[in-house]
Amino acid sequence: MTQKNSRAGLVFHGFRSFFRMPEGWHAICIYPGQLTPDEKSPRAGATDGVIDSYGGIMLEVKDIKKSFGDIEAVRGISFKVEKGDVLGFLGPNGAGKSTTMRMITGFLIPTAGTASVLGHDILDQPLEAKRQIGYLPENAPVYADMTVTGFLVFVAGMRGYSGKEKTDRVNAAVERCNLGRVRHQTIGTLSKGFRQRVCFAQAVLHDPPVLIMDEPTDGLDPNQKFAVRSMIREMAAGKAIVISTHILEEVEAVCTKAVIIGDGRILACGTPAELKARSPSGRLDEVFRTLTSGQNAA
Amino acid sequence: MSTFNALFKRELKSYFESPVAYVFLVVFLLLSGFLTFFVSRLYEQGQATLEPFFFWQPWVYLLLVPAASMRMWSDERRSGTLELLLTLPVTMAQSILAKFLAAWAFLVLAIALTCPVVVTIYGLGQPDAGTIVSGYLGCILLAGAYLAVGAVTSAMTRNQVISFVVSLVVCLFLLMAGWPPVTEMLVQWAPNWLVNGVAAFSVMPHFESIQRGVLDLRDFVYYFSVMGVMLFTAHLVLENRKSA
Repeated sequence: MTQKNSRAGLVFHGFRSFFRMPEGWHAICIYPGQLTPDEKSPRAGATDGVIDSYGGIMLEVKDIKKSFGDIEAVRGISFKVEKGDVLGFLGPNGAGKSTTMRMITGFLIPTAGTASVLGHDILDQPLEAKRQIGYLPENAPVYADMTVTGFLVFVAGMRGYSGKEKTDRVNAAVERCNLGRVRHQTIGTLSKGFRQRVCFAQAVLHDPPVLIMDEPTDGLDPNQKFAVRSMIREMAAGKAIVISTHILEEVEAVCTKAVIIGDGRILACGTPAELKARSPSGRLDEVFRTLTSGQNAA
Repeated sequence: MSTFNALFKRELKSYFESPVAYVFLVVFLLLSGFLTFFVSRLYEQGQATLEPFFFWQPWVYLLLVPAASMRMWSDERRSGTLELLLTLPVTMAQSILAKFLAAWAFLVLAIALTCPVVVTIYGLGQPDAGTIVSGYLGCILLAGAYLAVGAVTSAMTRNQVISFVVSLVVCLFLLMAGWPPVTEMLVQWAPNWLVNGVAAFSVMPHFESIQRGVLDLRDFVYYFSVMGVMLFTAHLVLENRKSA
C-alpha cells in the first residue's frame, strides 16, 4: 500500500469500534419541519440534530447551500450517512440532487455550509475527503479515447497506487464490473451500459468507504439496472452509499433510507417503508408526487 | 507526486491516442520545412546558418500552438470529464501544471523533430553550434509562452474553436506588440508610457536576442513570467467556475 492509502487504513482502524452500530436505520436526517423526530424512528429522537462526534457517521452534510447567480439551487440540506447505509436521494429533475453531490465530492464549492467525509471537512481538507470518496458522476463521463485498462490504470495512479498494487486494483475492478471482455477496447467504442460500468469501476477501484453515485442506472436496460443494483447491494455492508435517482422502484430495491428533496430543500426522509406509510395507498410514487408536485409548480 | 505523474502521462499519451499528434507533427514539419527552404531559400543564401529557420518559428507556432492547447481544458468541460478529474484527489494547481507540462513536452518533441534541418546545415558548412542551441532554447520558451496563453483560453470555454481563435489573437498581440506598424499606430494618440508598455509585452525582442546567442536573464524572466501569469489566470478561471 502507498503511504496515502495506509493512512486511510489507519483512520479506518480507528473507526472500527464505532461501526458496531445497532441494525435498523442509520442515516439521520436533519430537515426542516416536515416530520417531527418522533415520527422518523425510535432511534432518531435520541440523535436528532446532534453530531455525536463522527463515530459511525461516514458522511455528514451540514446545511449545505448553493446559488448560481440569483438562482438558489440548494437551500440548506443536512443529512448523515452511516456505515451500511444506502441512502436514496430522491427528487424531481432540477431539485438539486446533482448539485448537492457535486458539492460533497468537491466539484463545486458550496455557497454556505459544508460536509465532512470520515471527519475530513470538504473545504478544509479537500484531498483527504476526496480520497475517501468514490464518485460516479451523472452520465458517467470517461475519457473516450482511452482503453478501459488505460483509463483504470490512470485513475489508480491518480489514487496513489503504483506497481503491483496498481495492477491488482485495476484487475479487481475489471473483474468486479465484468469488464474483462472489453478491457482492451477504446472506451469511445463501447455501448452506454459498458461506459457506465467503466465509470463505476473507477469509482470503486480504491474500495472507498463512501460511495456517491449520481443516477447510476440512468439509461441502462433492465438487465444492466439489475446488475448495477446487485453490485450496490453487495458493497453496501462495508460502506456508506448515496445514490441519487428519480426511479422510485430503485429506492425500494436497494436503499435502506431515503431523502426526498424538492426545490433545493429536504421534504421528507425515512426508511422506504416509513415513507410509504405516509400515503393511504402505501405507494412510494404517491408520496413522492404529493410532496414534490407543489414544488414543481413553484 | 504519483498523482502528478499519472496525469502528466495521461495527457501526453492522449495526444498520441487520437490522430491529433500525427496531424500536428506532419503539418508542423512540412510548414517549417517549406518556409525555411522554399520561402527563405536557405540553400541559395550561401550561409550555413539556421536564421531562416528560426525566423519563421514564431509564425508557425502562432497557428500550431493554439491548436495543440485548445483541447487542454475545453474538451474536459465539453465531455464532462472535468467533473471526474476535479473530484479525484488532485489539487487544481497540480492538474494545471501537469496538463501544461505534458503539452509543452509534446511541443518540445515536435521541435526536436526538426533536427534534419540542423543536419542539413552541418552538411553545408560550419554553423555556430552555440546559436543553434540558443535558437532552439528560444523556440521552446516561446512555445511555452504561447501554450500558457492557450491554457487560459481553453479553461475559459467548452468550445475548442473559440479557444483556438482567442488564443491565436492573444498570441498575435504578443508577437506584434513591438512591431513598428503597431507602435506607430499607437504613437499617434497614445501617451508614451502606453506605447512603451505595449511594446514591452512583445515576445519578438526576447526571441531574437536569445536566437542571436545572447542568454540574458531578462529574457528568461520575461518568458517565465508570461507562463506564470497565464497559468495563474487559468487557475483563477477554473477555481471561479467551481464556486460560480
